[in-house]
Amino acid sequence: MKKTGAQILFESLVREGVTCVFGYPGGAILPAYDAMLDYPIRHILVRHEQGATHMADGYARATGQVGVAIATSGPGATNMVTGIATAMMDSVPIVCITGQVGSKAIGSDAFQETDITGITLPITKHNYLVTKPEEVARVVREAFYVARSGRPGPVLIDITKDCQQSSCEFVWPEEPKLRGYRPSHTPSSREVEQALELINSAKRPIILAGRGIQQSNAREAVLAFAEQANVPIAMTLLGLGAIPASHPLNLGMMGMHGEAWVNTAIQEADLLLAFGMRFDDRVTGNVKTYAPNAKKIHIDIDPAELNKNVRVDVGLIGDLRTTLEELQPKIAATDRSDWIAYISMLKGDSAVRDIQNLPDNGHLYAAHVINDLWRETRDRETIVVTDVGQHQMWEAQYYKHEDPRSLITSGGLGTMGFALPAAIGAKVARPDAEVWVVVGDGGFQMTMCELATIAQEGIDINIAIINNGFLGMVRQWQEFFYERRYAATPLVNPDFVKLTEAFGLKAMRVETRGDVVPAVREARRHQGTVLIDFRVEQEDSVYPMVPAGNDLHNMIRRPSAIVETGADA
Amino acid sequence: MNTFVVLVEDHPGVLTRVSGLIRRRGFNIDSITVGHTETAGVSRMTIAVEADEFGARRIEANLYKLLEVLRVDNVTRQPSIFRELAILKVKTTPETRAQIFQLAPIYRARIIDVSTESLVIEITGNQDKVQSLIDVLEPYGILEIARTGRLAMLRGTGTASKPPEDEQDFGAAKAEEDLISHSV
Ligand SMILES: Cc1cc2nc3c(=O)[nH]c(=O)nc-3n(C[C@H](O)[C@H](O)[C@H](O)COP(=O)(O)OP(=O)(O)OC[C@H]3O[C@@H](n4cnc5c(N)ncnc54)[C@H](O)[C@@H]3O)c2cc1C
Ligand SMILES: Cc1ncc(C[n+]2csc(CCOP(=O)(O)OP(=O)(O)O)c2C)c(N)n1
Ligand SMILES: [Mg+2]
Repeated sequence: MKKTGAQILFESLVREGVTCVFGYPGGAILPAYDAMLDYPIRHILVRHEQGATHMADGYARATGQVGVAIATSGPGATNMVTGIATAMMDSVPIVCITGQVGSKAIGSDAFQETDITGITLPITKHNYLVTKPEEVARVVREAFYVARSGRPGPVLIDITKDCQQSSCEFVWPEEPKLRGYRPSHTPSSREVEQALELINSAKRPIILAGRGIQQSNAREAVLAFAEQANVPIAMTLLGLGAIPASHPLNLGMMGMHGEAWVNTAIQEADLLLAFGMRFDDRVTGNVKTYAPNAKKIHIDIDPAELNKNVRVDVGLIGDLRTTLEELQPKIAATDRSDWIAYISMLKGDSAVRDIQNLPDNGHLYAAHVINDLWRETRDRETIVVTDVGQHQMWEAQYYKHEDPRSLITSGGLGTMGFALPAAIGAKVARPDAEVWVVVGDGGFQMTMCELATIAQEGIDINIAIINNGFLGMVRQWQEFFYERRYAATPLVNPDFVKLTEAFGLKAMRVETRGDVVPAVREARRHQGTVLIDFRVEQEDSVYPMVPAGNDLHNMIRRPSAIVETGADA
Repeated sequence: MNTFVVLVEDHPGVLTRVSGLIRRRGFNIDSITVGHTETAGVSRMTIAVEADEFGARRIEANLYKLLEVLRVDNVTRQPSIFRELAILKVKTTPETRAQIFQLAPIYRARIIDVSTESLVIEITGNQDKVQSLIDVLEPYGILEIARTGRLAMLRGTGTASKPPEDEQDFGAAKAEEDLISHSV
């Protein structure tokens, strides 16, 4: 049967299992929107196309399935750029569909023409310009396959208006045939042997657990490996949740704002086992002094990650789970209790320094909010979606994630404005989960227009604004490295409660520690989205901190409880 | 300097993808040449890039990420033939013209155009040879140079562009071997 390009587009999306898309219409994508009405697809009307991409991203991170965003040509397409770059940096499978001017008008600076395939070349895994209806089904099929296979990533499909309008015979193509695409690999047996030798002879090994664990569904394999060999596990920010926080071998987060004992242990280790992590500079600090005495084994699906930031001794290129399952039977059960006991000792006075243990001095700290939120929401399947800044780090430190895909955050690009739309995507993808947004007062204002989307679509999430009246993370850098010269970081904010109410949603304000739990409980009881404006300490800082580019063991520590900080006093 | 022979799908925009990728990863392309191959639908690029050993591996691994890239050979340290074609326009006077006519055969260069005040010389050879002719002609006054950039081919019967025996399996075994043997 003959169908238009627009119909083929939706026919193909349905066949790819898509049930929901996030988008915003406009002239060049109108034929597609018209066709959409005849297909069983839920469309979520966003308020800004950046939001659509973050929603597709949140949808994908929450499930592992491909998220879909749609926009018109020109400004619609360029508004997607930040979201696409965010997904690229964190390897998130999304497919973005943009309308394009008629194929005859391409290159003429036609109304709302932009070269979006050119613009997104470096921030997509692959992209397509489609000008003929005959190509649509094949391209959609390929796009989904490419987005989710191997190291996942965003794919953009730019479809000209005439392609959407003209017709051809619809044929659903067979499996994509891409002779130049090699998503999967298997490590060579020589390298497997070398890895086994290093593992079995290591005295002070440590696993660096990254997001690849979640992407390869390797939780069980990692735990089996770690338990068999008694190897403690350090987590990257994006790894959090991959291994239960409560697991005795789980040490906590590494890196710039990682736990002091974790970073020290990494620096003193004799073997690093990097499992699906990419040695980001927020993880390594100064690479020249990084884990100087450690041999390094890197398991990653992407050959281009090997020896990129850190030189490794053995690289196993392949899917993490499959590779670990191959190694597992040959791993010797080894007693490493000395090493593990030593790391426990390193924790030392950390507990004393922890803000959690400060006596209540009438101030509300973000740490309190996050920790109470964690205690209150432990009873349910909960997804926390964080924005970027201090609150993001406090969430990582004080919310104890037990499950994969229970933390969604923009790590690689660090995109402020990510949280609210990504949470909408996560909720749509997993309606049974409880979804909490943890967002700064700055970042919230970058995409708060999506409150209207929440209201229109009846989305039920909860939003915790960690309101410190500052672009806090930048203020912290100014405090530490720029003599407290607060250039452009104090914020004059709107009344977030009134603002939320204007969208027809419920909102509360919390100013003292005692009010945190009641507010969280009320928000959870309420049907529909609730925003809580937590007025926290304005000039608190995230500790420990490895200043960018410093040696990993040279951390700025929280002044101990006895020597109170200015903020604490 | 590293020389890669890269076989790619003959699609629009592939050159941009390849050159953009290398630039984005922070490497500087010295020269890049593109042409058809003995196989329809497949183009061949020869890319000369400044990079150390680890850099060269990363370039290779990144090139393989492009869907249109079928095969990558780093021929730098393999016995290979490197060739470049250059056309030089040199200033002449009645006295120097004869000198240049005598120099050219030493480099197996050919004079392809002569006018009263200049002549045009064509030379093929590896980069050193071309450069050395340029150096020798410099004192006479070079008015213009056009160079093609480097071409490369393995010596012997080994090929960097073996036609696909199986359409779906284009150089796959070799690619797999290159990609997984990354530890140094
Ligand atoms: C303000 C701020 C502060 C930050 N501070 C820290 C910090 O203190 N500590 C920290 O850790 N991070 C921090 N980050 C995050 C950091 O920038 C990186 O995003 C993060 O470290 C990356 O984690 P990752 O390598 O685990 O994940 P990714 O970047 O997602 O990398 C995953 C790796 O796994 C591989 N992979 C994917 N699938 C598979 C598979 N199936 N099999 C095998 N491998 C696979 C991929 O190829 C990739 O190499 C911070 C970010 C911000 C914005
Ligand atoms: C889009 C964008 N612009 C700028 C930055 C730089 N930046 C990183 S953290 C931060 C401050 C965030 O402030 P806020 O949202 O209030 O969170 P807080 O740090 O106070 O918790 C800024 C400006 C960024 N990451 N993203
Ligand atoms: Mg703030």
